[in-house]
Parts: sequence; structure tokens; C-alpha cells
Amino acid sequence: MDSTQVTISIIKEMAATIEENRQSLTRLDSEIGDGDHGTNMRRGFQAAIERLDNTEPASPADALKAVSMALISKVGGAAGPLYGTVFLKASSALAGKEEVSAQDAADALEEALAGVKLRGKAEAGDKTMVDALEPAAQAAKEAAGSGSVAEVFRAAADAAAAGAEATVPLTAKRGRASYMGGRAAGHKDPGATSTHLLLDAAARVLENASEDA
Amino acid sequence: MVGLVLVSHSPEIAEGTATLVRQMAGEVEVTPVGGTSDGSLGTDPGGIQAAIEGMNADEVLVFVDIGSAVLSAEMVLEMLSPDLRENVRIVDAPFVEGAFAAGVLAQAGSDAEECEAAAMESRTESKLHDET
Repeated sequence: MDSTQVTISIIKEMAATIEENRQSLTRLDSEIGDGDHGTNMRRGFQAAIERLDNTEPASPADALKAVSMALISKVGGAAGPLYGTVFLKASSALAGKEEVSAQDAADALEEALAGVKLRGKAEAGDKTMVDALEPAAQAAKEAAGSGSVAEVFRAAADAAAAGAEATVPLTAKRGRASYMGGRAAGHKDPGATSTHLLLDAAARVLENASEDA
Repeated sequence: MVGLVLVSHSPEIAEGTATLVRQMAGEVEVTPVGGTSDGSLGTDPGGIQAAIEGMNADEVLVFVDIGSAVLSAEMVLEMLSPDLRENVRIVDAPFVEGAFAAGVLAQAGSDAEECEAAAMESRTESKLHDET
């Protein structure tokens, strides 16, 4: 498979993962937010898949951009502009590349992180998706020196899992949960959780692809 | 003249606020954009962009309620053509009170800066005017 096909497979696996975890994401969001994260992400990824099927992207950057536009227009919650920015920045970072190297993948994650921090005006420790994406981008950077693209995403996904878990005791500084003050502590952040799920989906597809190769 | 775009998670809040503003500012162009593209609670960047681009007003103030209304409006502003974007600003004021204050001044012929300043005053203005 070429990088464009792999990217499309990753996006499809992300959509399937969101579908499977829709209820648990919504439950997390019901505890400290407005209870729509699972439903919104599902709507966004369904639209992304439709857009991919209709546009036949010519490069990884094209595929990521299609996802970005679908998420921005269809999610309806803050996750729309935020994940829209993640995919848009990743797309810009990979512009003009037909094949994606481990370093390219790490760079794309770093750009995505920078974009989402700027868009959401959030920093690590604010109990948001940044708490998963920042350690993920850092781990990806470290893995890129010696690893494959699959290893970069595996390192990123595992770091995101730990980062999401570490949001449990935090008090939120951004998003709906920030209105709850100290009552948000004790709950895992839904955005950090979905970030982990998406990175893990990417890692699984890449690991399977490298086994097949 | 200054026009207002009102972005809320709820179609009813956006519509209702527009009605309230129009009562005092009948000639001011006020466009409510509430909810997602399928009418549920949330915000719709495509709808916000269409509303701003469809305004006839010389200058546009955008009022936002919470969360994704802010993020969506900021993202839309970045996507506007540069000449249009120059004349559009998001106001960091309470949704109902800010839009109302800005609408009254817009009706009186004030420019965007004056309307925005009036809206910003509603951040600190007391409603009960208790002296104690």
C-alpha cells in the first residue's frame, strides 16, 4: 500500500474506533461536559468517510484535508474546530509528499499540537486534548530518530493513553468542564480520551500494514 | 451602518436575542445563527461564514455564547477574504446584553468601535445597582 492508501485506511479505522467508543466518550462527556462528544465525533467521522469516498484523494495531505473540512463543518461542538485544526495542520505539514517518513509523521504531529494549542488557547494541564497530544508529539519526536512510522505512532498512542489517564485528577481550565470548577476532578477528559483512541487506531493500522509487507 | 451576527448553540437563543435587539434597533441588520447544520445544539462554521458573507452592513460585530461558538467564529474569521475580515470583529462581551447595547448604538449611527465599547461595558455594568 502507498502512503495515501495507508492514510485512508487509518482514517477509516479512526471512524470505526469512534463508532465503537461512541457511548463511552459520551458518558465521559456527560460527567463533566455537555454529553455530546461521542455523538459529535461520530457525525464528523461519518462525514469524513463520505468525503473521502467522493473525492478520491491523491496524497496523504489531500486525505487529511478532506477529514479536516468534514470535521469543521459537521461536528458542531468545540471538537470540530479543534480536531479540524489537528488534521489541517497535519495536512499542511505533509503537503507535497507522496510517501510519509517517520520524521514526517512526527513533524505532522508536532504541527498539529501547535495548531490546536493556538486554536483552543490551551496548555498541558488544562484538562483538554492537549494533555494527550503533547506527550504524544514528544514521544513521536523521540521515536522518529530510529523507528518506523508504525513505531512513531505506537509511541505517540501509548504516551497519549498515559496523558489521558493523567487528566483524571485535574481541574479543567478550558471547555465546558471549566464551569464545574473542582467538581471536574476525578473524571477523565473526553477530548484527551478521543485523542488517544484516534492515535491508537493509526498505530494499529500501521502495525498491521508493516506485518503484511 | 453596523450589523450584528449572533452565534449561539441554540437556534432559539440566537433568534430570541435577535428579536430583542430589533425591538430597539429596527433598522439594524441582525442575523441569528443558532445550532448545528441539522438544527441541534452546537455551532455551524459554514452557517456562520454564510451569515457574515451575506451581510450588507459596512461593519459587522459577531457575538458568541460559549465554547464552540467562540472557536467556530474565530476559525471562520481566518477563512474570510482579507477585505471582508478587516470589517468584522468578534466581541468579547455577554451575548444578550452585549448585542442589545451594540444594537442600540448601531441604530443611532455609531461605528463598530463605539458599538463594541458599549457592548464591553455590559461586562461590568451592575443590573441591580445596589449601592452597598
